[in-house]
This record gives sequence, C-alpha cells and structure tokens, in this order.
Amino acid sequence: MSKNLSEQRFGLFLILPSFFILALIALYPILRNLVLSFMEQGRFVGFSNFSALFQDERFRSVLINTAIFCLISVPLELILGLTFALVLHQKFFGRGFARAVSFLPWALPTAVMAVAWKWIFNDTYGVFNDILLRLHLIKEPLAWLGRPNLAFFCIVLAEVWKCTPFVTVIILAGLQTIPLELYEAIRVDGANSWQRFRLITLPLLKPAILVALIFRSIQAFGVFDSIWVLTGGGPGGSTEPISLYIYDTVFRYLKFNYAASMVCFSFIFFLLFILIIYLTFSRRQIEY
Amino acid sequence: MAEVRLENITKLFGGHIIGLKDFSLQVKNGEFVTILGPSGSGKSTALRIIAGLEHPDKGNIFIDEVNVNKHLPQERDVAFVFQSYALYPHMDVYENIAVGLRIKGCCKAEIQKRVQEVTGLLEIGKLLKRKPKALSGGQRQRVALARAIAKRPKVFLLDEPLSNLDASLRERMRTELKMLFNKLKATVIYVTHDQTEAMSLSDKIALINNGMLKQVGLPDELYYQPKDLFVASFLGSPPINTLEADIIGENALMCGKICLNISSDYRLKLKNKNKVILGLRPEDIKVYLEPKENTYLAQLILIERIGKYTILSLNWQGQILKAITERDFIGQHKRDSIWFQFDMNKLYLFDKETLNTI
Repeated sequence: MSKNLSEQRFGLFLILPSFFILALIALYPILRNLVLSFMEQGRFVGFSNFSALFQDERFRSVLINTAIFCLISVPLELILGLTFALVLHQKFFGRGFARAVSFLPWALPTAVMAVAWKWIFNDTYGVFNDILLRLHLIKEPLAWLGRPNLAFFCIVLAEVWKCTPFVTVIILAGLQTIPLELYEAIRVDGANSWQRFRLITLPLLKPAILVALIFRSIQAFGVFDSIWVLTGGGPGGSTEPISLYIYDTVFRYLKFNYAASMVCFSFIFFLLFILIIYLTFSRRQIEY
Repeated sequence: MAEVRLENITKLFGGHIIGLKDFSLQVKNGEFVTILGPSGSGKSTALRIIAGLEHPDKGNIFIDEVNVNKHLPQERDVAFVFQSYALYPHMDVYENIAVGLRIKGCCKAEIQKRVQEVTGLLEIGKLLKRKPKALSGGQRQRVALARAIAKRPKVFLLDEPLSNLDASLRERMRTELKMLFNKLKATVIYVTHDQTEAMSLSDKIALINNGMLKQVGLPDELYYQPKDLFVASFLGSPPINTLEADIIGENALMCGKICLNISSDYRLKLKNKNKVILGLRPEDIKVYLEPKENTYLAQLILIERIGKYTILSLNWQGQILKAITERDFIGQHKRDSIWFQFDMNKLYLFDKETLNTI
C-alpha cells in the first residue's frame, strides 16, 4: 500500500514539468481572462460587462453569424470529405497523385488563399463572374463580396474548399482501419453496396467522423484569417464572426475587459456546443 | 444443402503467380470435405472462389448444378467462417447473427427464433448482449459458427476456423464441430493446414500443393495409399521416413550398405529404373534392445516421451529415422544404440524422378 502511494507521488512528480508549461500557456490565460472580464479599469465591477454584452446588438449579430457559418460549412465539409475519402480509398490509376492534389488546399496558407479568392470573386475582373457569364447563368456581373448574402456564400465556399481536405484525410485514415474481412463477411451475408456502407463503413467510421466534426467545429467557430482578408466582416457586418469583433474590441477600441467578457461567454457557449456533439455521437465506443 | 463442383479452376495472381491450377473437386450433398495443404498452397483461394470473393481466370463453379461463375457472393447462398471470425465489432452477438437474416428479409419473429435456435445449439445464449470485444477466442468462434448456421446456407465454407484457438480448446472444438455438422447433415468445405484436423473431421480430404490437387479420397486412402511422396510425407506425425536406395535386382534394393529384398509384386514396376526412395512410417519401424534376425544397429540420438508412446530418433548410416515405440520401451536406462527392423510389407516405394508411388 505504502509502495503504491509513493509510486503515485513519483508519478505526480514526473508530470510536474508538463503541468507547469500547460498551466503557463493555457490555464493562466483562461483564469486571467476570467478575472479581467469581471473588472473595469482595474476595479471589480461584477457582471456589468456581461449585462452590457447581452444588450449589445452587434454581439448578438456576430454570434448568429458564427453559428450559421459553423452550421453550414462544417456539415458540408463532412459530407464532401466523406465522399472524397470514399473515392480516394478505392483503387484506381493515379490514386497517389489524386490524394496529394486533394490535400493541397489544406496545405496552403489561409491568408494567401483568401487573397486569391478575393481576386476570383472580384466583380470586375474576377474569374467567377467570368465563368458564370460565359455559361449564361447570370446576365450581368455580380458584386459577390458587396452584397450580404453573396458575401456569406463566398466565405463559406472559401472555407469549405480550404478545410474539406482535412476531413478527407481523417476519414480516409479511418477507412483504412476497417478490416477488409468485415466487408467480405457482410457480402457473404448478402449485403449490397449500400447495405455494406450503412452496416459496416458508417458505424465503424463514427470515431473518425467525430474527431473531424469536433476539430472542424472548433476551427470554424474561431474562424478569423480568411474572413478578415476576404470581406473584413462586411458588408455592413453581415459576415463578421465573433473573432473579428473581439479583435476589433481589443485592438481598435482598446476595451480589454469587455473583450474578455466576450471571450468568456463564447468559451462557455462553445464548450456546451462541443459537449452536446460529444454526448450525441460517442455514446458507444467501437473496439476491435 | 447442396452439391458443389469445381471444374478445372485456374486462378492467377498478378497475371503470373499461380493461386490454383486446373483444380477440380466434387463435394456431394451432406459431405464434409477438407481442403488440406501447406500455407500458400491455394487452399484458401479455392474456398474464396467458391464463396465468390475471388474470381477464377478459368474454370467453372457449380452449386447444385447451377453455374455460379457470374454470381456475386450475396447471390450464392453460402456461409463463410473466417479464420479471424470477422465478427462485426460494433454489433452485439445477437445483431451479429441477426444482421444476415435481416438482409435476407426474414421477419422479426423468424430472426428471433433462429437466433435462439443456434445460440442454444452452440451454448452461447447468455452472451447475446455482449460485443465481440468482450468475448474469449472460443466464444467468438462459436458466434462466428452461429452466424453461419443461422443463415441455413446451401454450403458451409470454413477457412481454418480453429487455428486461432489454443491447443486444448482446438481439440475440444474439433470434436464439437464434427458432432455439430453430423447433426446438421450439412455440406461443408473446410480448409486447414493441420493434418490431424483434416483426418479426424473429414469424409473426404483433398490434398493440395502449389495450387494443384495432389490427391482426393477418404482420410485412410490418403494415409495408406498415397499417390506420391508429397502426400505420404504431408500426412502422419512424425512424418514418414525416407531413404534413398539403388535397384540392384528384380526385387532387391541396396540401401546404404544393406541389401533389402522386397515383394516380387514390384518386379515389373521397377524395370528401367535405377533409383527409388523408400518410405516407411515411424510406426512401421520395429525396434529391439537386442540384436535379432534382419535387424540393423543404429545410434539412438533422441528420446521424445509423448505420453502414450515414445518417439525415438535413430541415426542410421548418417540418416535420421524416427520410430514410434511403446511408452516404457526404453525404460529409464540411457542407451547409445538400438536395433531396428523394417516392416517390409508396409514399405512404400517412390520413383526418384517423378516422386510418384511405385
């Protein structure tokens, strides 16, 4: 018993350095942020920042923007990523090349690609308008980044294009862990290709899909660089996500405490969101 | 229940590696046939071709006189038990058994009835709610079998189903398998590399090597009337002893420095040949502690006590011979040498060139 105890102490001792580093870069900022959100100009002010937050029209608007952005782009990425992964999992000539190419968008820097998208969507010289005009899908050039709904479409498209490869890779890795024999067994059991997908592929991919879903939700919730470059949150704040508002609050309006309360609120809001996803999808663990 | 017939099946991998070559096999209704062979011999390929998981390059597959070459696995109405069992990890035992029936379109009551039936038969009724992960090797084996039996297929295909079990469990399952399939009167094609399994389970054994069928027949036929040296040496444990010999007369052989007289039946068959290989099973070598008529002296180099009997390794003129004796034949004394005698009636002769039985 005493030996066990000392072993436990020794173990705790061993994790001390990493705990210290983690505390410095994660725990301290979180706690510091929490403290800041209850203060104003060095004084404790209770919940006044938070009550201001709930009155703030712009905050409500960015919260909704962010939520819609997540709810559209993440499911799209999952569906496309799953489709691509299923295709790239098949054997065909040039598969290695196709895999490499499909991963390219994820490998490029977001800000650089956002500049490229900005060119593509440009209303006068953009290639997007050009293609649509030539296909006779539109009669005159559209100001893609100048109208709220169109601009929102653009940021979603750029994000989906950029992040689908990430989902593809994770799901492709998941596909490769499924033993071939299971497919053979279910075939002998009489399953056609759709039944094979529904009975074997999909349930066994659940862990991979869950990982992709959580990672992508986190990233989409904090989306900053692509939107900052592409629309700057405009027009009229219609594409502004939380991160951009927080950035403005800190660096343009220098309202640190108010920004801290925003961070706190979105942190808790998002934690709940992830918890719900996790509880819905991971009830049953799959083990081989 | 059904008949299966393979006609001249040839299967190449990557265009040139031979999986199976001109392989033919007939399995009658209710027969338990084992495809036996060393690893890489093509026995699993044969089974997978019957199931439709591989496609032959040449030849025809018939199930109940219907050519099923073009049929997908799901259309063949066979059950396959995999070496690794291939249980669905995300489904519990009940689901594992039921899913195939559901795909087939059985109604709920029928599924329930059949699952109850097979789980009762295999004594896994208490495990229905467990996931494969929470089962032991033997239990997984039973679930895999139950899944196959519940389907009531035309043919059972079993791919080394016992090889992942430990020795004692394997022996027990072997007996159970035999009783089970006797009771079901099912057509079974069973693949194994274990000759004991094949001998004890099968109505008929098809021995295969390098993708080619070596011999088909009753277990005893293969053991006592092997067509060639490969068949003779694959069956039997310890394996058959082989010695090279020169033909020096119509019915006389020179083996090392010893002249052996063989039965005059061989006289005609030995014409135009000058070298043969002698085969003698370990149980057909008699050993003596004292010299007797027609006995030869050999060095005793190893004694293996197996329990019921003892295996002796003899060094005779630089060749190792294995002989089986009674358990207490040697006693506790150490000996360096021993006398032995060939049982000339049980001798096999193989052509040195073709390795076929003479």
